Parts: sequence; C-alpha cells; structure tokens
Amino acid sequence: MNFNIYDFTDFVTSVSNWLNEILSPELAVITGMAIIGIIFLLFIALLGLSLVYIERKVCAFFQQRLGPMRVGFWGTAQTIADIIKLIFKEPLVTKNADKFLFNLAAFIVMIAPLLAIAAVPFAKGLHVLDFDIGIFYVTAVSSIGVTGILLAGWSSNNKYSLIGAMRSGAQIVSYELSVGLSLLTIIILTGSLQLSEIVNSQSDGWWIFKGNIPAVIAFIIFIIASTAESNRGPFDLAEAESEITAGFHTEYSGIKFAFFFLSEYVNLFIIAAIGTTVFFGGWMPLHLGNLTFFNNIMDFIPPLIWFFMKVAALLFLIMWFKWTFPRLRIDQMLTLEWKYLLPLNLMNLMLMSIVSLNGWHF
Amino acid sequence: MFTLLDENGKTDTKEFTETQEYFVNMGPQHPSTHGVLRLLLTLDGEIIRRVEPHIGYIHRSIEKMCEKDSYQQVVHLTDRMDYLSCHINNEAVCLCVEKGLQLEIPERVKYIRTIISELTRIASHQLWWGVMGMDLGAITSFLYGFRDREMITDIFEETCGARLTMNYNVPGGVMFDIHPNFRKRTKDFISHFKKKLPEYDELLTGNVIFEERTKGIGYLSKEDAISFGVTGPSARASGFACDIRKKIPYSAYDKVDFKEIVFTEGDSYTRYKARIAEMWESMHIIEQLIDNIPEGEFKAKTKAVIKLPPGEYYQRVETARGELGVFIISDNKKSPYRVKFRSPGFSNLFALDTMAKGCKIADLVAMMSTLDLVIPDIDR
Amino acid sequence: MIKSIIKYFSEIFRGVKSLLTGMKITGYYFTHPKEIITQQYPENRETLKMFDRFRGEVVLIHDENNEHKCTGCSACEIACPNGTIEIISDKAIDPETGKPKKVIDKFVYHLSMCTFCNLCIIACPTDAIKMAQTFEHSVFDRTKLTKVLNKPGSKIMAGIKE
Repeated sequence: MNFNIYDFTDFVTSVSNWLNEILSPELAVITGMAIIGIIFLLFIALLGLSLVYIERKVCAFFQQRLGPMRVGFWGTAQTIADIIKLIFKEPLVTKNADKFLFNLAAFIVMIAPLLAIAAVPFAKGLHVLDFDIGIFYVTAVSSIGVTGILLAGWSSNNKYSLIGAMRSGAQIVSYELSVGLSLLTIIILTGSLQLSEIVNSQSDGWWIFKGNIPAVIAFIIFIIASTAESNRGPFDLAEAESEITAGFHTEYSGIKFAFFFLSEYVNLFIIAAIGTTVFFGGWMPLHLGNLTFFNNIMDFIPPLIWFFMKVAALLFLIMWFKWTFPRLRIDQMLTLEWKYLLPLNLMNLMLMSIVSLNGWHF
Repeated sequence: MFTLLDENGKTDTKEFTETQEYFVNMGPQHPSTHGVLRLLLTLDGEIIRRVEPHIGYIHRSIEKMCEKDSYQQVVHLTDRMDYLSCHINNEAVCLCVEKGLQLEIPERVKYIRTIISELTRIASHQLWWGVMGMDLGAITSFLYGFRDREMITDIFEETCGARLTMNYNVPGGVMFDIHPNFRKRTKDFISHFKKKLPEYDELLTGNVIFEERTKGIGYLSKEDAISFGVTGPSARASGFACDIRKKIPYSAYDKVDFKEIVFTEGDSYTRYKARIAEMWESMHIIEQLIDNIPEGEFKAKTKAVIKLPPGEYYQRVETARGELGVFIISDNKKSPYRVKFRSPGFSNLFALDTMAKGCKIADLVAMMSTLDLVIPDIDR
Repeated sequence: MIKSIIKYFSEIFRGVKSLLTGMKITGYYFTHPKEIITQQYPENRETLKMFDRFRGEVVLIHDENNEHKCTGCSACEIACPNGTIEIISDKAIDPETGKPKKVIDKFVYHLSMCTFCNLCIIACPTDAIKMAQTFEHSVFDRTKLTKVLNKPGSKIMAGIKE
C-alpha cells in the first residue's frame, strides 16, 4: 500500500483492490460501503463535537467571555460531557404528539447531511461520491432536511413548534433558489457540475480570484443564502428563542434533541465545504502568480489541511454573522430573498455569462 | 375546502379555504417576557390580533406587607419592586416620609441620592439595551451591556454594600456616607462608558436589520400614551413630556442642567433612541454633581420610631421606567395605614395591546423590549 | 426610474456598510482577548476580596477573650423586617451590683430569611453586630442556615450598657 498524503487516489484504489482480492466482488462492495459509512459516522460525531466546542469558544471570545473552561483543558471535554448528559436524559414525547412522525423527524434531519457529506471532495482522490451532477446532488439532498423540520413542527402538537416549522419551510424554499443560482454563476465558468472537475479547474487559481467581480458577488450571495438555509442566525427564525421558545424542536429532549443540534452543525460544515470547493478551490493550495518559492511552500502543505483551513475560515465568517447581527423578521427575510438576493443573483448570472463569453475572467 | 349553502338552501359553488384565529400563551415561562408575565395572544398566522396581558404570577403583596412594617422597613421592600431602579424606589419612599415629617434633609444627601439615582438609571438602561439586543436575536449585546453595568454595580457594592437590592436610603438620609473611592470610581466609569456608548450605536442602532425590525413598529400616539398613563422614556418617545425630574424636581435635580429627552415618532426605534439619549443625559448630570458634593451630614436626625402625622402623602419620582408614585396614608402609628405604589410598569404594559395590533410575533417581542418591563414592578 | 435604481443600490450599500460596522466591533473584541472580563470564580477564591461594606451575613463581633458587646436589648430584633433575628435572653446576677441583669443566652440568626437590608446593624446601640463579607452560604440542609451567633462560653464585655 502506498500512502501519499498529497494524492489519495492510489491509496483508495489499493484498498479497494485488496478488498476485491480477499472477498467476493459483492461482499467487497458491501464491506467498502460499510467502512466508508463507519468512517463518516465517526467523522460526523467528531465534527459535531468539535464544532459545538469551537462555536462556544468563538462566541465567547466575541462576547468578551472565556466560554467553557471547566471540563478538560480549556473546556475541551465539555461537549463530550454534554453528549453524555443528553444520552442519559429521558426522551420525552408529548401526550398528543404523533409519535411515529415525531421520532422519524429527528432521523430525517440527520439523514440529509449524512447524504450530502458523501459528495464533499476532501482531498485529491479522497472523495466518496463523484457524480457528474455533484453540485446538483448536494443541493437536492440537503433540502431533505426541511422535511424533517416540518415534520418535527407538525407532529409536536405545539403551536410554537408549528410556527417555527412553517417559518422554516418558507425560508428554505426561498433561499434554495439563491444558493442554486449563486453556485450556477460559477458553474458557467467551470462548465461542469462534477465537484472534482470544479476543484481541478481551480488548479491555477481560485474562482473567487479568477472570476472577476461576479464571482465575489456570487460568493456573498452564497454565504448569505446558505446561512439562511441552515437556519442559523441572523436567519434563525425557525428556532428564534426569544419569540417562539425553541421553534420546531421545542418538544424534543435527550438524544433526539442532540440530533437536531448535530444536524445543524453538520449542515454548517457542508455549506462551508461546498463554498470552499466552488469558490476557494477546494483542497487546492494558494498559488500567487510566478512566485515559485512561495508556491512550493504552499504545495508542501497537504491538501487535507488546506481544505479544512478554508472550511474553518468560512465557518468563522458564518459564526461571526451569527454573533453580531439581530434576527430578521419573517417578512423581511422573504423580502431580502425575493427583492434583493434573487434579482441581484439573476443580474449577476447575466454578468457572469457576459464575462465568460468575452473571456474577461482569468 | 368547504361547500356552503346560500340563503335559499342551495349549494354555493364558491369554495374557500377557511382560516382560523388561534391562541398562544406567551408566558408565564417564556424567554422574552422577562419574568412571569403571561400574554394571551390571539394570532392569525403570524399576525397579532389581540394581546391580553395576564398578571399576578409574581404578586407578593408588598403593599399589604408595608402595613405591618415601620417606615424604615418599608424602604427595603421597594427594592423588590422594580429591582433595576431600586435606589430610586427607595428614594421615593424616603422622600414621601420626609415630606410627612417635614424633615429638612442635608444638601449632601440630596447630591448623593441624585448621583446614585442616575447611576441606577444608567445601569438599568444598560441592562435594557443588552436584553433588547437579545430579544432581537443579537446575543452579543447582552454581554456588552452587562460588562459596562458591572462597573456600576461595583460602585454600588463599595458604597452601598450590595449590588442589586441596595437599601441605601433611610428616611432622613442615606445609610452610610459615600465611600472614599466613590468619586474616583464614578469618574472612571463615566470616562469608560463615554467610549463604550458609541459602540452600542455601532453594534445595534445603525444596523440595517435592527432598523428594519424597529422603525415604524409599535406606534404609540401621544394621546394613547397619555390615556394609558404611559410614562418614562416610552412616553417621551411619543412626545409626551412627562419627566418628573424636570416637572417637579426633587433631590438635587433643580440644581443641575439637563435636557428632557422628547421625541415625537413614537415607534420602537424612537423609544430605543430615547433611552440611549437618556444615558448620555444621566452621565451629564453625574458629571455636574460628582465634584460638587457638599460637605455635611449624610443623615438628618430622626427618631428611632418614626410616626407620620395623620394624613395622606404622595411623592412622585422618575425611575428608569417612568413615574413611580408612593402614596402613604398615616394614622399616627409606627406603621402606615395604607401604602399604594403607582408603578410605571403596570401602566406601560397595558399599552401593549394598542401597539401590537396587526404586528407580527417578532414585532411584539421588540415592542415589549422597548417598553422595558420589569414584571415584579407590575405585580408588586 | 434611474432614481429608484440608484436608491435600490444605495440602500444595499448602506445596509452592508452598517452590517460591517457591527462586525468590526465584535471582530475587535475577538482579536483582543485581553479585554475578557470573565472572573473564574472558584479558582480565584484566594484573590477574591469583597468590598468592606459588602453585606454577606450578620455576625456578632467577638474579641480575643471571647467577649461580645451584645446586651440583649433586642433592638435589632425589632428593626428586622423579616423576623430574621431572635434573641433568647437569660437573667444573670451582675457581679458588681448584685442586681439581676439581662444577658443573651442565644442570638439566633436565620440566614435563610435575611434580606441583607442592614437595618439591624444601624439599629444596634452598642455596635455588637456587623455584616461579614462571606457569601458562600449554600448548604445541603436548610437547618444549617439557622445560626447561633454568640460563641459558646462567650460573655458580655465589661462596661457595655444599654
């Protein structure tokens, strides 16, 4: 087995060859899927734990606090303690709730990010699903989550939950448009929906730099719309705690609540990952013109680290939004989408087409 | 979808979807009612048709308890009414008792009371500002508000001995003289807060989301404000000049020069601006007084057992929320015959229905924040 | 038409600018961790000093000879609005004059009922009690909050009269 930190293609191929050697082809496929599934489950658990911790720390520093400090060194074990607490809590179901849907909802919200994360290209060759409609797949799959939210709100038999769910429905349906259109703007340049193709097309520079002004506008719209799509502040109307207590997950407790909580953070990661892939060159290192020495140093940093660094930067930006801005009202949020983001997006799409046709991009 | 019969008993071909108004109990346990206030909302989707406040969840019968207490003891109960402007509540009772005794209180006491009242007002507004941001979803402002309030509570702790329920006033004066560090700490606070208050504006006031959320929302006309008895910054934002400090000066307010903050728009944003402007004015008042505290006694001589001459006494003061009235009927005993508090929160709350009609749930939360309700003050 | 388009874009520009101003503030505090004001309470117990006037609980002052100044006049008991203080007094013979004299048997203080209003302290004619700066009062058993303030075997200082 030849393990190369810069290119995982050979490693992945050799693992799959090895599986095929020792097992029958059908079993090899199943085992491969199981291994990948377990890796992703572990990855998501780890991601949730670390993102919750990071979010709490980041928020604390924005607010001149220290954040969790007690459990573990600088509170690093705090989220583990929280998870243990949530596991041991009684999973309450309200008396007149639709029990089947109520329980189902928590799993649906979890399934959506699990499906979406499979399409994320982490590094060269480290890519589970490389469809030629990768972007389309991610946007389609990530909107399954809203079904879970709607179900949760409806089945809880709680008016606050219902209001939250309805808000969330309106929100996600409208902001899907903007996310899709802003991604389309870049796809004009790449000419492919395949995520690996999109990354490869940025080997000589990231689209946010190469794509001129329209790419920057598209990125801004993408980050706003995707924040809204993931139900995060300032667009957290679905769970606006000062208005409708906790919105759609008011009645959830214990581990089912943890699912909602976890799915929010995994969604966040997926948004940042897609943003990174499309606008910031995925795992591609930063290259500056002809500065060979600088470029070599950048090349030396493994692509996985590049990828996670970019994702972290985007996550930080989204957290910065959340901990600075007040929440929008439902009608203002829809106004923002339909009167500002959508027209701008369409104009931007046209602009990008012109840029692309005339070859003004780099 | 419903099929209806028309007057002649024939089926009407018109079909329509029926919508229904529904009730939501906001509170008594709700994150944005700031205590145990219950609002019965009649909603049509997200739109509010009616707000019905139900109060009494934190009623502790303070007025009745006053009837068994001596006049010194009455003071400490008022800490528990509007706990954010506790010093001003104390002052109101003391002024009322002093009025009854026709007691001449030293100048020094007046100055100390005024400075601490204004510090209380700033502290209250800082907390309000933080909570306002939090109600609108910007949690960071809450921590910033508390950060600056902490300096004031430290001043209080050093001079008065407690951070929140200070009970610093006694009939005839104050409990102890000001601490030697008081002047320095107050000046430090003023210079610190003058740098931080513009930050409040940058974080919230100018923010486009904040403006959208509050401008033109929760309109309260001057007439409505007067007829509901709304007082304080909430009423002054509607153009009703009702500052007791200006109209019937008490303590040292006749010796200082300050503006009465009056706006005319009457929406949530103006109420917000009125309070921010009041913080500037309060700092201005403190600056005028802090270096001129006259020497002298910190307490006038009173008897150990205070008995008010029979009669009725009324004293109005301006708390951070509006006009607080203390009404005492005395029958020449050591405890009052009847005490009645006219609390600002109670009157302000009931303007909510008029303001909130036709607004959204999110607007109601913003409105409630700008009214700056303290529930123990409403129930007493 | 042109005007409205200009207005549309200037609104967007103004809005984005105001949002960036807000982000500047939070960003400033994020990058200046020195301004963090959190006190880590149980860890800073050693250095945490309360202000002299801080009202933590009522204590009866005892000197090194285990003597206090309380005459048992119950002025504090009367001044207390909540019935926090109960003075159980006893009769003793004054050794100097040979007359019977009131002495305290138990100075009972119900911390659970105290509102820390300081009225007892200013009512005391002999300055026998004061407010201590302790504030860690939590206990597992409510009865532990009822304290007897005079130490066992303590007696009144000589020369203290009502």
